[in-house]
Amino acid sequence: MSLLEIRNLHVTVGENEILKGIDLTVNAGEVHSIMGPNGSGKSTLAQVLARRDAYHVTEGSILFEGKDLLEMKPEEAACEGLFLAFQYPVEIPGIGNTYFLRSALNAQRKHRGLDEMDAMDFLPLFREKLKLLEMDDKLMNRSLNEGFSGGEKKRNEILQMAVLEPKLAILDETDSGLDIDALRIVAAGVNSLRSPERAMVVVTHYQRLLNYIVPDFVHVLVDGRIVRSGGKDLALELEEKGYGWTEHDTRQPVGARA
Amino acid sequence: MATVEQLESWLETFTEFAKNAAGQKLPWLRQLREDAFARFCETGFPTTRDEDWRFTNVAAIARTAFRPASPAKLTDLASWRIEGVAAQLVFVNGRFAREWSQIDGLPKGVTVASLRERIEQRPAEVEEHLGRYADTQRDPFCALNTAFIGDGAYVHVARGVVLDAPIYLLYLSTQEDGPTMTHPRNLIVAEDQSQVAVIEDYASVGGESVVFSNAVTELIAGESTVAQHYLIEREHLKAFNVQTLRIQQGRSANVASHSVLLGGGLVRNNVHPVLAGEGGECLINGLFMGTGRQHLDNYMHVEHAAPHCGSRQFYNGILDGHAHGVFHGRIVVHKAAQKTDAKQTNRNLLLSDDAQIDTKPQLEIYADDVKCTHGATIGQIEENALFYLQSRGISELEARKLLLMAFAEECVDRMHSTVAREHVARLVSQHLLFTEGIMSKGGTGRELERIVEEVG
Repeated sequence: MSLLEIRNLHVTVGENEILKGIDLTVNAGEVHSIMGPNGSGKSTLAQVLARRDAYHVTEGSILFEGKDLLEMKPEEAACEGLFLAFQYPVEIPGIGNTYFLRSALNAQRKHRGLDEMDAMDFLPLFREKLKLLEMDDKLMNRSLNEGFSGGEKKRNEILQMAVLEPKLAILDETDSGLDIDALRIVAAGVNSLRSPERAMVVVTHYQRLLNYIVPDFVHVLVDGRIVRSGGKDLALELEEKGYGWTEHDTRQPVGARA
Repeated sequence: MATVEQLESWLETFTEFAKNAAGQKLPWLRQLREDAFARFCETGFPTTRDEDWRFTNVAAIARTAFRPASPAKLTDLASWRIEGVAAQLVFVNGRFAREWSQIDGLPKGVTVASLRERIEQRPAEVEEHLGRYADTQRDPFCALNTAFIGDGAYVHVARGVVLDAPIYLLYLSTQEDGPTMTHPRNLIVAEDQSQVAVIEDYASVGGESVVFSNAVTELIAGESTVAQHYLIEREHLKAFNVQTLRIQQGRSANVASHSVLLGGGLVRNNVHPVLAGEGGECLINGLFMGTGRQHLDNYMHVEHAAPHCGSRQFYNGILDGHAHGVFHGRIVVHKAAQKTDAKQTNRNLLLSDDAQIDTKPQLEIYADDVKCTHGATIGQIEENALFYLQSRGISELEARKLLLMAFAEECVDRMHSTVAREHVARLVSQHLLFTEGIMSKGGTGRELERIVEEVG
């Protein structure tokens, strides 16, 4: 059984159809990259997977470990092992980073029939992951993402991922707005989480991130459809020729879909 | 306005009360009561035509015939104790209940007593301050309270004495046949360079009958005194509760008023500080959380009467169901009060389409070198924030609760006293469970049960 199976997914927002029949299969251990120009539907796909209800699925199905993902609420999907690193992480004043992350971890542990972790148990785990992301623990005493720089917010997303250890991580433009040092740290964090049991879907506009997080498969999303799929070299080709090159091809049948 | 029948009924009640009232033999006190009652008869209850009462209709109070609440004996109040207080005074139906109170072991220079006893034992001390500040001319509820001065708390802190732990005043009303009223009257005198914190907590025990609590507190803070006042309203929904806190601040005094309105059907909270000495600082911090058909009115009247004073108002409201909230922040800067720095902020979350907030700043500035700012916001629970929390595995119910708690904690965190802050945080957390906005949307019974367990 595949970890994720998306079949003929159609999604509308308001009046507009954003995704027009997506097929995608992701197996455990694989890293897939979804690339595409602005407005192609990349973020919509990421948000639908995380079960945001502003998006309306009109057709198609998504199975996560064989279970109907479209029947799940966001928290259920998370507890089943799905994680979305947000393109724009939300600032929430008044909720502390550490408290939030421990609450989330405990909600998920509870779902899996594990004991909740108290603050004393949680701290060593948390410290270790902070070190991995080279984050200052002073930040963690602050409210969730409040007053964080763009790079700190993105690192905080990966920190959360490292603590929650999902089966499937979706990274939505995690590279955007990062300087090269931050990008290296984030990529190292992500790479440390690669494992035969875990899959990742890396959504990005630019090829740059893929120098650091090398994907097994690359898919090109244009105007709500996957117009091309291939290996990591496809990303380089895109970088060189631009998205216009694929748009030109949209009417042709797409070859091997991963 | 009051009808002739209503006034006759009030006169009868007042005459009966005056026969046995504490210190009625003291000419000054008798005069104080009689003048206040006469003033109440002249004005009657306010109406919504009165600018100060535009958003709050008290007709339900005006047309109800209240009799003074009866003495009642309660069997066990152990669960009402809070840890870490310097003293606890319990009032049951407006009367001091010595058996449930704890006033021993206070440091030298701190006096805590029932006002009734103090009037009888040391009238001269009481006379010096009682009724000197509360405005019976402008405010009919204040006049009514003054006419019915009977019992309440008396707190005196001598010059230079610092009391760290708060003094806890608990006002309980019991179920009775027919509508009843109490007029708690508190006098808090903190002499120069002293430090004190007082918590007033209004609650109901037993079933619900119509009660009207009309309380007035005069807080006198001397030079360089640091005083904190906490008000908690958590009576049942058939309660009318009108509160007036009148603060008189001396030079460089630093006073904070914190109010938390959770219960009560119709609640009006008046906070009226007068910054009478140079360099005074006043913080007025409030949280109000209404649901059902609750009406929660916060009325501030901040008077800057001396130069170089600062006042800060922060009020957060969470309104659900058909609840109606009011923030009316009046700031008056007198001519002498140059270099005044006054600020007010009111933030509101409306959780339902039928909830309503009226927010009104009112600045009257007679000095020319001042800084006054005000701001108000009205919003809903941020959907982005909700989704973010849920996407990490936190249930929708829990996520809503976290977000509302975070909003409420902006106010809770301003409370200096750890004992008061933790008490309030506990009450707010419990109260959130009864807020429809978190229950109606997606919460399952099982989840709710679990949260009930957690907050105890």
